Amino acid sequence: MSATETPTGTPAHPANGHVGRSLKRKEDPRLITGKGTYVDDVRLPGMLHAAFVRSPEAHAKITSIDTSAALEHPGVRAVLTGQDVQPAAPLPMVWVPPGVEVRTPEHWPLARDAVKHVGDPVAVVIADDKYAAVDAAELVAVDYEPLPVVTDPEKALEDGSPLVWEQFGTNESHRWALGGGDVKQAIEDAEVVVERRIVNHRTSGAPIEPRGTVADYRVGQLTVWSATQIPHLLRSILAGELQISEEKVRVIAPEVGGGFGAKLQHYGEELVVAWASRKLGRPVKYVETRSEHMMCTHHGRDQIDYVTFAGSRDGTITAIHAKIVADLGAYHHLLTPFIPSFSAFVMGGCYKVPNVQTDIVGVFTNKMSTDAIRGAGRPEATHLIEVMVDQFAAEIGMDPLEVRRKNFIPKEDFPAAVAVGIVYDSGDYDGALDKLLQNFDLDAFRREQEDARSRGRYLGVGFSTYMEICGVAPSRVVGPSGVGLQGGFWESAVVRVHPSGSVTVFTGTSPHGQGHETGFAQIVADRLGIDPAQVEVIHGDTGTGPYGLGTYGSRSLAVGGESIARSCAKVADKAKRLVAHLLEAAPEDIELAGGRFQVRGSPDKGMTLAEVAGAAYVPENIPEGMEPGLEETTFYDPENFVYPFGAHACVVEVDADTGRVEVVRYVSVDDCGPAINPMLIDGQVHGGIVHAIGQALYEQVHYDEDGQLVTGTFVDYALPTAAEVPSFETDRTETPSPVNSLGVK
Amino acid sequence: MAQTRVRLQVNGEQHDLEVEPRLLLVHLLRDRLGLTGTHVGCDTSNCGACTVHLDGRAVKSCTVLAVQADGARVTTIEGLGSEEALHPMQDAFWANHGLQCGFCTPGMIMAATDLLRRNPNPSEDEVRHALEGNLCRCTGYHNIVKAVLDAARRGEERASAQPPPPPVEEPAAPVAPGVGA
Repeated sequence: MSATETPTGTPAHPANGHVGRSLKRKEDPRLITGKGTYVDDVRLPGMLHAAFVRSPEAHAKITSIDTSAALEHPGVRAVLTGQDVQPAAPLPMVWVPPGVEVRTPEHWPLARDAVKHVGDPVAVVIADDKYAAVDAAELVAVDYEPLPVVTDPEKALEDGSPLVWEQFGTNESHRWALGGGDVKQAIEDAEVVVERRIVNHRTSGAPIEPRGTVADYRVGQLTVWSATQIPHLLRSILAGELQISEEKVRVIAPEVGGGFGAKLQHYGEELVVAWASRKLGRPVKYVETRSEHMMCTHHGRDQIDYVTFAGSRDGTITAIHAKIVADLGAYHHLLTPFIPSFSAFVMGGCYKVPNVQTDIVGVFTNKMSTDAIRGAGRPEATHLIEVMVDQFAAEIGMDPLEVRRKNFIPKEDFPAAVAVGIVYDSGDYDGALDKLLQNFDLDAFRREQEDARSRGRYLGVGFSTYMEICGVAPSRVVGPSGVGLQGGFWESAVVRVHPSGSVTVFTGTSPHGQGHETGFAQIVADRLGIDPAQVEVIHGDTGTGPYGLGTYGSRSLAVGGESIARSCAKVADKAKRLVAHLLEAAPEDIELAGGRFQVRGSPDKGMTLAEVAGAAYVPENIPEGMEPGLEETTFYDPENFVYPFGAHACVVEVDADTGRVEVVRYVSVDDCGPAINPMLIDGQVHGGIVHAIGQALYEQVHYDEDGQLVTGTFVDYALPTAAEVPSFETDRTETPSPVNSLGVK
Repeated sequence: MAQTRVRLQVNGEQHDLEVEPRLLLVHLLRDRLGLTGTHVGCDTSNCGACTVHLDGRAVKSCTVLAVQADGARVTTIEGLGSEEALHPMQDAFWANHGLQCGFCTPGMIMAATDLLRRNPNPSEDEVRHALEGNLCRCTGYHNIVKAVLDAARRGEERASAQPPPPPVEEPAAPVAPGVGA
């Protein structure tokens, strides 16, 4: 079957180019036939199974743990508690913002003296099979002395509130602010001030594959399979915790069944199974149940935002001030306190607002940690900004689309330095909204709406525009002396041309559904004059390619893809020099055209990549000083983030009797620069739309006042099904980013 | 624990096994027979990742005890088609980008093939409601629905060119709540 072409998009690519085409995915044959290997599919000889004993209390002292009955259960090989699992360091939190104190409690993989939220792991049973492990976990007797519980982050900040961490004397984790201009003065001077309290409730990432880890320690070597978005980082962390030299740890992210940020994490269970494997000399597997996922895989969002918009009656917005109360839960996982800060970077949205300020207070509560979930702070900002634009428009009696247009950063202003101190790379916000309205046909909708209302049906439409800060990204901005994340944020790529002319790419990114193998192969194919079928993309294995940072923050293409493009450019450059040498031409006269490196103006004189590779690997006749072989490596640290944007419209029908809301139409225009594979982009957009509809209408992680999780399964936590959503009308504009050679965002 | 004997046919192969009476069919398939294409995504029979065919009907194999499948014919994703000879539904999922991470995909394909067996020419609305028991977090369902409608269209084209295939034998009563029930 030929490649499918999506009806939307703007294909302006060379006819023989692979970039820009909706190629069917290289990943799919194994996935549609059940031949993909996910963590739970890994089976090793002698493998044992882990089941965790978890706290039923939201906050309690552990007064005793009796493991004797569990140890006597048939098939049980070990029962470990916090006293047995003693890593060299607590679970890491990697944000150390310069000049700001972040109170971070010690976080051990198994609770030692106290539990801080429902589901906090207390012990682990290791047994011959999972049924025995689960049975025996029921037999571990833990005595708890309940402590006062706090679940409301605003009450947690009041004097006299129960304390999640007694030693801090407060539930405040930290305060952090980012802004530019003079928000206070602008609000004082403004004709119109609109203030709102906006709640962005807690959600679960809920990839359909739960978390899982298999650890196999033997002869000083630890191999870990984990459902993770960050295999290399996980290797570094595990090596430190277990005090195993890093080169002796190999982490493999096999097929990963969705992440959405939930697997951009290091969980204590990963360490515990590795610890148990080393202790018992046997491989150990743990796969969480969905109930455990809802309890103990980090949640997202959970902000209470106090927002002020100031401006004038002509529609100009002069100031945005957001005070964010961020419910961080009980512990700081990898990025927990940092995530709300991500909101602050995009608090100006698509608008030319000179005064923008975000003040964040992070709060401990007796709940699971929050951390990165799909968008990680940025959708929270977009939500509050776009709600407020509509509120502001209503206040001054102006069309909300007109307010948007009046305040958009104009196309000619890019690159645009904005109030919060970052520079948006490129944008055409009017262009995206124009295309959206053209596709949507607002006049036709208004007629339909009027007609519906006359028959007692209530239709409404909402619009949103957005921009995001993506391609995470420049180490000097995000790293230790910048924002304060303790790491680099570049990406690596090896492009290895084999003697036959086919190519293996090693990428440090780590996909979990996005289609990297296909998109990256398209880039390589075009840059080296071969077919995508000849390109194999290897990812997610620290034992093969160079160190890499993984897949999150919309970074895989803008950082990882560009890294591959740069390695391809180096390969092509060497190929041109070699071809020039062999064909007695000048290197600058060699061009890649029609799948051949050929002499410009003399298409009969040229070589295919296979012929070049042959000459490079059998180096009888290569230029003086040229090394044999044809393989290049790139470590690429971008100069700036990239800033995709778009405009969406959503039509809903409200049942006036029951209040039921049904999404009846959804139209979107997104701009992520030139499309590598339009089909993959549409797929990402579809998933994002439903994720957002889910949060808006169906999903909420809810704890009661006692800290008991009310939404502990898919029965109570309602992921949208196919029946709750319509088909979507997606489209794109393509505004290239100047940040990378692909122009992608 | 006491063991019980189960004889069943899986993807055309006969198996004769001693199992714990509480063993779930999905664990028999995955852990005893190594058929790991059938996935487990929840513990409340909501997600449908474990959907297989039991005597031709889609069931959630996490909700069927292995002993309930005694004497039955089971088809898993591995038995539906191979990479060399894809089932039209598998091919339609590939052609329409009906999958991303692929974890829900086997269950989704098994549920969708059962739908077309019962209703060879469904409307979009019928497809959406028929797949209510299968959750996907990646695709937003858009391309899954498109794939199923595409497979139906292809089936219709085949049907107009050839005599219809013999109907699948219906069991007397459902043995477990299934997506097709």
